[in-house]
Amino acid sequence: MSQPAPIHPQGFPSGGWRGFAADWASDQRAFKGVSWGKAMMWVFLLSDTFIFGCFLLSYMTARMSTVEPWPNASEVFGLTIGGVEMPLILIAIMTFVLISSSGTMAMAVNYAYRRDRVRTALLMLVTAVFGAMFVGMQAFEWTKLISEGVRPWGNPWGAPQFGAIFFMITGFHGTHVTFGVIFLLIVAHKVWRGDFDQGRRGFFTSRSGRYEIVEITGLYWHFVDLVWVFIFAFFYLW
Amino acid sequence: MASTAQQEGQQHPIRLYLVVWGWLFILSACSYLVDVLHLEGYLRWSLILLFMVLKAGLIVAIFMHMAWERLALTYAILLPAVLVLVFVAIMTFEANYTRYLRLTWFEAVEAPEAFDELQSAVGEDRS
Repeated sequence: MSQPAPIHPQGFPSGGWRGFAADWASDQRAFKGVSWGKAMMWVFLLSDTFIFGCFLLSYMTARMSTVEPWPNASEVFGLTIGGVEMPLILIAIMTFVLISSSGTMAMAVNYAYRRDRVRTALLMLVTAVFGAMFVGMQAFEWTKLISEGVRPWGNPWGAPQFGAIFFMITGFHGTHVTFGVIFLLIVAHKVWRGDFDQGRRGFFTSRSGRYEIVEITGLYWHFVDLVWVFIFAFFYLW
Repeated sequence: MASTAQQEGQQHPIRLYLVVWGWLFILSACSYLVDVLHLEGYLRWSLILLFMVLKAGLIVAIFMHMAWERLALTYAILLPAVLVLVFVAIMTFEANYTRYLRLTWFEAVEAPEAFDELQSAVGEDRS
């Protein structure tokens, strides 16, 4: 026999399966205890999951159905550093940079809820710098491949779909990172200025924000890192 | 899973984030090693997928705080994402069929002997 779930102030069970059923059966808000801002960011991220999912799916379909050989990503994305051939080295560095940015972001969220303005803003700034580094390395990667003759309609090593998929997927991800950096800088500036302590109203919404926006920004940022995990596995390692 | 950390937002020790960060580094290094060591075949694919799923799980559960969210939200977000796998399965059939047609109609015209080879290969595939 299971214990009855703890009861919500309005008489709803609050956790576990009972809470799940009660939340979805309610005629009020489905996600009690989850703010609208957070719920809507999650819904947006789910929609983004479908977009990236469709990109990766199209890539899988193209790669499986092409009769020409698929270029060897390990060699295509290798670099020669000091005379030594390093397979996939740039992508590895980009991965570590993005993971580190996720780490600093997670810590920024923590300090935001402790209302430590300076640490939060600085950690978000570090996150943004890591993001900018990532985009910079991607620009380098694109430049190198374009100079080697990769185009959306062809490449020197085999299946022409490789070029189209490479620019599409990494370009879309890079755009996400770029917007994330801008988002981070805006929120970091607000935190630094103390907007969420003074209840200062935002210029766009004319509402006073809360420190929760740092966590919501973090959700977006971690999602960008999450997408890279899949791109790294399917596009670069596969 | 209960909503214990709701009052003051998500409050978890910094140490936890550092540990996850470390694990993400280790797992990424392992994925990279799969390529450096030139592992091939099923070993390569299963290791790549394993490290990918572990990394994604850590990011979603800890960094994105999904482990502490209400079950209603968790299912609303994770279930639709998992259902994409059905789409993957459908497109696998589709891609195999497209490849079969391409090999049959494009390659065979130029190299008849490749056609025989192909037919036996496809025959094995389908059995």
